[in-house]
Formats: sequence, C-alpha cells, structure tokens
Amino acid sequence: MPASPEITEAAVESAVDAALTALAAASDTAALKAAKSAHAGEASPLAALNALLRDVPADQKAALGKLVGQARARVGQAVASREAELVAAEEAQLLAAEAIDVTAIAPLRLTGARHPLTTLMEQMSDIFIAMGWEVAEGPELENEWFNFDALNMDADHPARGTQDTFFIEPEDRHLLLRTQTSPVQVRSLLDRGVPLYVVSPGRVFRKDELDATHTPVFHQLEGIAIDKGLTMAHLRGTLEHLARAVIGEGARIRLRPNYFPFTEPSAELDVWHPTFKDGPRWIEWGGCGMVNPNVLRAAGIDPEVYQGFAFGMGIERTLMFRNGVSDMRDMVEGDVRFSQQFGMVV
Amino acid sequence: MRVPLSWLREYVDLPATGDAMADAEALHAALVKVGLEEEAIHGVALTGPIVVGQVLEFVEEPQANGKTIRWCQVLTAPGETRGIVCGARNFEVGDKVVVTLPGAVLPGPFAIAARKTYGHVSDGMIASARELGLGDEHDGILRLTTLGLDPEVGTDAIALLGLDDLAVEVNVTPDRGYALSIRGIAREYAHSTGSVFRDPAALAVASRGTGFSVVLDDQAPIRGRRGCDAFVTRVVRGIDQSRTTPAWMVSRLELSGIRSISLVVDITNYVMLELGQPIHAYDLAALRGGITVRRATAGETLKTLDGQSRTLDPEDLLITDESGPIGLAGVMGGASTEISETTIDVLVEAAHFEPVSIARTARRHKLPSEASRRFARGVDPLVAEPAAQRVVDLLVELAGGAADSLGSCVIDAASPAPIHLAEGFVDALIGVDFSLDEITVSLTDIGCTLDVDDNGWQVTPPSWRPDLVDAPSLAEEVARIVGYERIPAVLPIAPPGRGLTRSQRVRRATANALAAAGLTEVLAYPFVSLDDVALTDGDAASVALANPFDSDTGRLRRSLIPGLTRIAHRNLARGLTDLAVFEIGAVYLPEGTASYGVAEVPTATEKPQSSVLSELENSIPPQPWYLAALFVGDRRSRGIGQAAEHAGIADALDAAHAVAAVAGAVVRVETGSHPALHPGRTAALFVGDTHIGVAGELLPAVAVERDLPRRVGVLELNLEALIALGSSEVEAGTIAAFPAATQDLSVVVAESVSAGAVRAAVIEGAGALLESAVLVDDYRGAGLEPGTKSITLALRFRAADRTLTAAEATEAKLAGLAVATERHGATLRA
Repeated sequence: MPASPEITEAAVESAVDAALTALAAASDTAALKAAKSAHAGEASPLAALNALLRDVPADQKAALGKLVGQARARVGQAVASREAELVAAEEAQLLAAEAIDVTAIAPLRLTGARHPLTTLMEQMSDIFIAMGWEVAEGPELENEWFNFDALNMDADHPARGTQDTFFIEPEDRHLLLRTQTSPVQVRSLLDRGVPLYVVSPGRVFRKDELDATHTPVFHQLEGIAIDKGLTMAHLRGTLEHLARAVIGEGARIRLRPNYFPFTEPSAELDVWHPTFKDGPRWIEWGGCGMVNPNVLRAAGIDPEVYQGFAFGMGIERTLMFRNGVSDMRDMVEGDVRFSQQFGMVV
Repeated sequence: MRVPLSWLREYVDLPATGDAMADAEALHAALVKVGLEEEAIHGVALTGPIVVGQVLEFVEEPQANGKTIRWCQVLTAPGETRGIVCGARNFEVGDKVVVTLPGAVLPGPFAIAARKTYGHVSDGMIASARELGLGDEHDGILRLTTLGLDPEVGTDAIALLGLDDLAVEVNVTPDRGYALSIRGIAREYAHSTGSVFRDPAALAVASRGTGFSVVLDDQAPIRGRRGCDAFVTRVVRGIDQSRTTPAWMVSRLELSGIRSISLVVDITNYVMLELGQPIHAYDLAALRGGITVRRATAGETLKTLDGQSRTLDPEDLLITDESGPIGLAGVMGGASTEISETTIDVLVEAAHFEPVSIARTARRHKLPSEASRRFARGVDPLVAEPAAQRVVDLLVELAGGAADSLGSCVIDAASPAPIHLAEGFVDALIGVDFSLDEITVSLTDIGCTLDVDDNGWQVTPPSWRPDLVDAPSLAEEVARIVGYERIPAVLPIAPPGRGLTRSQRVRRATANALAAAGLTEVLAYPFVSLDDVALTDGDAASVALANPFDSDTGRLRRSLIPGLTRIAHRNLARGLTDLAVFEIGAVYLPEGTASYGVAEVPTATEKPQSSVLSELENSIPPQPWYLAALFVGDRRSRGIGQAAEHAGIADALDAAHAVAAVAGAVVRVETGSHPALHPGRTAALFVGDTHIGVAGELLPAVAVERDLPRRVGVLELNLEALIALGSSEVEAGTIAAFPAATQDLSVVVAESVSAGAVRAAVIEGAGALLESAVLVDDYRGAGLEPGTKSITLALRFRAADRTLTAAEATEAKLAGLAVATERHGATLRA
C-alpha cells in the first residue's frame, strides 16, 4: 500500500499521462472500455485524487479542485475522441466485410410484362378520355341484331356475307361472336343516348385461319360521336389527332371513298409516317364515315336533328406497322418473350 | 374486278406512256380516288422476241424414247430461216405459227435459248396457246389460221395476240354492282380524271325480237319484290361450230380471270364483263316451247350445268320451259339446254333479277357465280336490251350466225324514285362549302337528273345506281367526285366526360400490378374442346359454335385455365423453364337450363319496343371478366448466393391477395376443392361470404397430360365479382399511437383443423384489442399426441385510448383461445 497520496501537480500529471497512454493503446472498443474504467472510472487514480479534495484545507480547495477537475476533463475528452475513432474504424471494417459483388445479385422474381395489344388499346382509349369521351364495352357473344341488323345490315345485305362469322349453336337462335365492336355503338346509342362520344375497344372474331397477317380473334378500337352539327370534317380532325398521338407527330392521314353499310358517306382511312419500318408510305389503317341515318333510327334517334361519325381500326394492325411486328402469330401465341420486349410500355 | 387496259381504252382515253406497268399504276391511282381500291396488276409474264413464223419444211425423226420429233425449217423474218425442233405434229408445211426466239421469256418463267436437243441445235421454239398464256390448249402448237389470222412473217406476235396487255384488279364494294363491268369502271375513270366516257351500252338496237313466249309469273315475291322485271331474248341461227374465239378475246377473258371455253360461251362472258349484264345462251333446239320465270315448287329438281342434280327450294326463282326447270335464274343454267358442239341455233337471254332472291339462291345452293355476284349487287335493268344486241352482233360477226327476228322483250322495271336533296344538306354533312355548281355537276356526272324544287333538288338516280336511296348517299357522291381531300380537319368538342369507370380502372391496375409482380400478360383464344370444359367445370353447359374450325375448338371457354396451360406448354416447348403468366378475359357461362337467343330478329327500320329490346339484351349468356394465372418452374431462379424456389400455390395466393388489394377487397382463404386441382392443395377464395375463385396447384396427372411439369400453380377468380365486392370508398380511421403489446399464442389442435380456422377463431374471440394475428409455426412430433399439431400465432394488441397492461393483453388472448377451444377443441400448449 503506497503512502497515503497527496494532491500534487506531479501526481495529477502522472495520472493523466498514464490515462492518455492507455487510451491511445486501446485498439478496439472493448480495450477502450477497459482503459476507460481503469483511468476514468470509480477506482482510477484520478478518482482517488478527486476523493482527497474532501480533506483539503479550505484555502487550497479552489486551486487543487481546479487542478483535478481540468485533469479529469482532459481524460474525459480523450476517451470520447478515441471512442469516436474506434467506432468509425470498426464501422468501416464492418462495411468492408459486408461488401458484395452487386453485379452478381440474382433477381428475386421473374420479369413481368403487359401484352402490348392491351396497353396499346389503353393508350388509344386515353387519348379519347382526354377529349372528354368515354370508354364503352359490350359482350363478345352477341345477338345478331346488335352486330348486323341495327347497323343497317339485314339478313340479305350483300356485305353480311363478307364478314365470315362464327355462329352459335343452334343457328336459328341468332347468336354469334361479334365481328366488330360496333354492336357496342348500338348499345351505347340505346343506353346512353345523345350527345354521345364513346370509344369501344375490344376483342372481335372472324373466321380467318391464323397466318402471318390474319387471326380469327383480334382487337379493334371503334369510336362514335353523335351530336348536333357534326360533319365529316370533325371525323377527319379526330382521326388526325389520334394518328399524331398514337403514331407520332409527323403522322398524316388520308380518306378514300369506300363502302360500309353503317356509314354514309364512308371512307377508308390511310396513315402515313416518315419512320415506318419499310419507309414513309401510306398504310391502310381503318374504316370510317358518317353514321347512316338508318343506324340512328334503329336506336330511336332522330337523324333530322342528330348526326355524327364513326370509325374503327384493328389494334393488331396498328401494332404491326407502329412497332414493326411482322408476324400476326407473335401477338396471339402467348410466347412471353413477345410481351417482354415491350415490358410495361408500348 | 379485273380490267384489261386495252378493253378500257375503247371507252375512255387512257394515257399510253409506252410503259404498260406505269399506265396500270396510273389507272390504279385514278380509281382509288373514286373509291375503287387497288388489289393487284395482272399480266402475261412474258417478253420477246416472239414473232410470226412460217414452216418451210420439216423432217420427222423417230427417237429412241418412242417419240417422234420434227426438225423444222421456219422462216422467222424475210430471208431468215431457223432450224427448230418441235414435238408437236398438228401442223403442215406453210402454216403460220408463233416462234419464240432466243432471249424470249415465257410464263413460268421459262427462258428461251438456242439449245442442243435431239441431235440438233434448236434456234427457238414453236409455241402452243398455253405456253403463251392464252388458255389451256396444249394439244399442239398454235396455228394462226385457227384464229383467223394470216399476218406477215416476222410480225411481232406479242402485239398481234394482245400478249402485252395488263389488267388492273380493283375491289368493288357491295353497293356498286355497276362497277363489276368495263362500262362501270370506264365511267368511274372518267369521274376521276375528267376523261370523256363513251358508253358501250349506247349501241344501236337493230330491232326487238318478237314471237318468243316469255311469261314472268312470280307468285311468291321475296320481301314484296318481284324476282324478275326484265327479260330480253334474241335468236341467232346458223352458228359455225368450226370458228374459234379470236386471240384478242381470249386474251381479255384470261386477263379478266375467265377461261376461254367455246366461242358462244366466251361471247356471253365477254358481254357480261363489258356491260355488267349476265347473259345466258340456250341451245334453241333443246328448248321446249316458251319460257316461264317462276318460283320453284317443293321437291322440284334441276340438273345444273356443273352436272349436279339439285333439289329446289320454293324460294328459288327458275327459268322453265314446257319440260320443266331449265335454269336457276341468275345463278346457273341447266344441263338440258346447254350450248354444245352441235348447237346451231342459239337463244340469248339477258334478264334482270332481284338481288335478294338471287343472293339467297346462290347461298342456298353454294353456287357463287359471276352472274349471281352481279345480280346480288344490282344490275342496271336497262342494260339488258343493249347487252342482248351486243351478243347478237358478236355472234354474227365472230360465229358466222344470222340474227333472227324471233325473240321477246319484257322490260317492266320500276324507274328509280327521285330523292329530295335540300340545299345545304351536303355541306352540313360533309363539312365543306361546296358551290352549287359542284353539287349539281357531280350528281349529273354520275348519271342523275336534277329538278329544282322549293328548297333544293329532286334528284333521280340513274338506272345503274340502286344504291342511291337517300340524301346522305347523294352527299357521298358529291364528296367523292369533288374529292375527299377537300374535307378539312376540325376537332369536335365533346361534353365533359367522367373518365374510366371503376371497373375499367381496376382491371388496368390489376394487370399492371401483376406485371409488376413478375407475371406476363397473355391473350389466349377462347375456343376450347369439350374436354377442356370438363376439366374445369365437369358437365356444366358450354356454348357451342355452329361453325368451328374443328372439334377441338368447338366450344367457348368457361375458364381461362385451359388456354393458359396451352400457352405455358408452348413456352416450355420453346425452351423456357420458368413462367408466370396471366390473362384477363371474358368467359362464357351459359346456365344449363336456360335457352339463349331469340326466335326472330326484329327489323331495324325503327327502334324496337322496349320489351323486344330487353329480350334481345337478355338473349345472351353471362360473360364475366375472369382473371387467371399460371406458375410453372421456379418463382425465383437459381443465382449466385441464391437457391431456386419452386413456384406453386403460394404464388397463386400471393397474386390473389395483390389483385384483391387493387380491387379494394380482402380475400379470405379456406380449404377448397376444384376438379382440375390437387385435392390437398386447393384454396377456395372468398370475399365476405361470396366465393370468387380458387388458388392451388394443377392435379399432377392433368399437368403431365398437358405436357407441363408436375407442379403448376394456378389462380382463377371472377374479376368482375371481385370488383363488385371491393370498394374504392375508404373511410379513414384514427391511427392509435399508444404502445402495442405483443404475445405469442401456441395451441394444440387435431391435424385436420386448418391453421386458418384456428386463426379466425382467435381473432373473433380476442375482440377489438387484437390488431394483428400472424401464423408463425406449425409443429408436429415429439411432445405432442399423435394426430395433433401445435399452431403458433404472433399476436399484437393495442388499445385506442390507453397503454395496455400485460394483464389486459393476456385476457384478450385467452378470450381468443376460448373460442378456438369451443370451435376446434384447441388447448393451450404446455
């Protein structure tokens, strides 16, 4: 047991030196903890010196108290800074240890994709939504009346034979798979009345064998606008807007006389764009015209007051010339690699 | 409709640039402008030199192969003789023939060169009619005398025989029957270009035939329209059967797509193509008495030209004589009065039949013909007489016949009704300020006559335009003749819209959510087999197609699963191994006892009564939107530091929850069953008490049968029902900030009790304080009675208004246990 200590400058300095040396020597947080306990803890020399202050005569108390207090503060600061150093070093070590090859990380799930036909239909529909139109839908298995008769195509109409139709058994019950989305136009006229501005995207059916340019199941987007004072100029304006929005700003359209029973006048719609795969050229896109008064009559709308236009185009065809798809089969076979080319966009 | 350029040139002035292909393309462009869409350009693919030669001498040389060839000396130009080997023997010295010289290319393509054959160098070839694209005749070489030709040696045979002609093919829309003729196309060309039109029907009708009895006796008009309203007959006697069809006519018919058959038949076809009037020629000697046009009686039969005996329908319109039916009017003639090699006197028929009657008969007997196609689309009733005259003229000129006075002329066609066209109507429909001149000139140009009335015109369409029936059809003509390019572009202003419907929004969001979750959207055909239906729906009723491609695709799907299995298989067959695909699409769910459809479809001249409309609307089976997904192979593929994870029912459930969240619904899972799914791995999905679908794994046997791996995850749900049960209206509650108390609960139940049932009981018993209950463990084995298992739930409790004590949490937990005990015999695990 050493002689009872005394608060001297030398004693204080020696305790501080010992503390600083020990702290500097601590190489990790555990060693630092031990050094801290030994030199700044309850049993440390500095704590012992501090305890002696109780017995110091009153006239020396201030000076000795200051001496010991400053020493303890120096040691405390040294502990804190060494601790920060060691924590930072250990964290850095840990981070280094945790490093991995980020280029080798395996995907957590398969890559999904939308079908470009549906996303294209959505995109085209949105162009009309933005103009205040609405999207109407209807059944695929339809009554003949909606698919043909109400569209000015009765049983003996020469155009009726041109659409190779899937009929439902028994045939004398007049059901079929719709050959166009136009029955939705009829239903919209009946249900929503006028003024009417709707598009009807959807699936249609014609009895064509599947090959590079035909499929018995395909998609259309049709539109109908019936209001007071609509003219063929509005038809052209609408289609021009659609072409620019869907195909590109440089798109141009052309109308050619044609015949459809549900429109009069009727037109074939061609579209031209400078970046088409096989060069700038006119491509047949769809059909359109002014709605035949007989169609309005069948829906109970007075053609003397209301008139309007209708149009329709194939989505497969649009995707083909817009995105350079060369074989119809790619769109219908369900090979996921086809959709995955598009991902979530079109 | 195919239009040989040389033919069209007879009636309009078609520019000739010397480049026939360029001329054909210019013609196409002109016709497209007036609505005749271009289809193709046809021509005899041959190039010269092809010249007229004369056989000077030949030597027959028998060959080892049994054939005898002729080694000929042929004069192919004045002073130019060539040695040519010829296999045919149907010619004599002195005959003029067609010689294809080295350098020529015949259809095939077959290049002609001087080549060594049968011991000679053959310096060209003597051609047959078929080799020149002039029909099927290949019995020997073409002797020009048979065509009535005796040209100079060395004459260019291409021009001589019309082999340099081209035909443009245009698509004629069903409303324009008149354009199925050179006459109609020439008229349209004139409209497009302003060229002068010379009407081929404007020919001199020498005199009407008389004395031949024709009775039009339609006792059962279809839709109130008489089957026949014009019937012209003429007689030509003394046909010279040795005459053959001239080369120019053969060439034009060929280019028009019609085979040369015999001179008389070729002439009838030629006039049909030229004027649009189908013609029928009878062997006068075979006719018994006069002709009556009438409907068939039930059970009557007729042997048609194609040799088929046909049982007639009372709706069929017939040409009859005293022997009975001798022709299906406007569709096909009968065999008994057919023109033959012995025919001497010919009766020519040019009639006008009603479109619907002819179309129905052609369809009924599956006899689409050039004649029926024209009648069904409308033939000019006034062209019958000039057409008959044209046939008579050609029979006299080309077949050596003599026009006879015997014949008849019944023309009883109603004149087209005038249409009122109000001033301003055309502008208001087309959106163009047309001048009055543009309107009246356009309509006059297409053959209408205009009479001014109080606020516009009375417009009488020409006899060849039955499609002009109302003011809009006249407006179209004005726009078409002036040109659609005059129409400006104006965007209409629609009233404010409401955006997508909730169902539309949710369906899109569903597809996007699934794609983001790693699934790929596919679109399968809805056609399935009866076996496919049975796979998912047992013996439930399914919609049958009346005319499917084949029996494997004869039904409409009740489920999306069969289509997805086929798509999955296709992907696997192409070398892919891990797949997650989904489809959103309609299924067709007829109810077994229901009868769909309607007995009769109403006419559409006016809006049907509401009872009729609702019958139409209710005539179709339910067709809800379904969603299905299929998971094959690994959901997570093997990678560096990652083991592969096989996909299965968990993926199907995960997708179900994701979809439900999009729809604003919560799906409850119960043990379920499904005919196509693994009996031990099938979850029934509920929203509330409504069953909305199923998740599971395919029955391994089904998977293997469909060439898929043994384990395939499957999800199918009624998306429409899910959307209806979900909600987009959320009322937000306050979020309690008091501390949570967490406790685990382990209970022992019989193995047969599902974990979900235990959880549901605990949730119900624990009451409002329970915030979350997660199944964390299923333990079986040591320490438990055989046949039992221990289920552990991690529970989180919270009160909205205070800090919960441990005692309160324990009390709630035990209340949960109590219900599990009561319902499932659960005991607290020691």
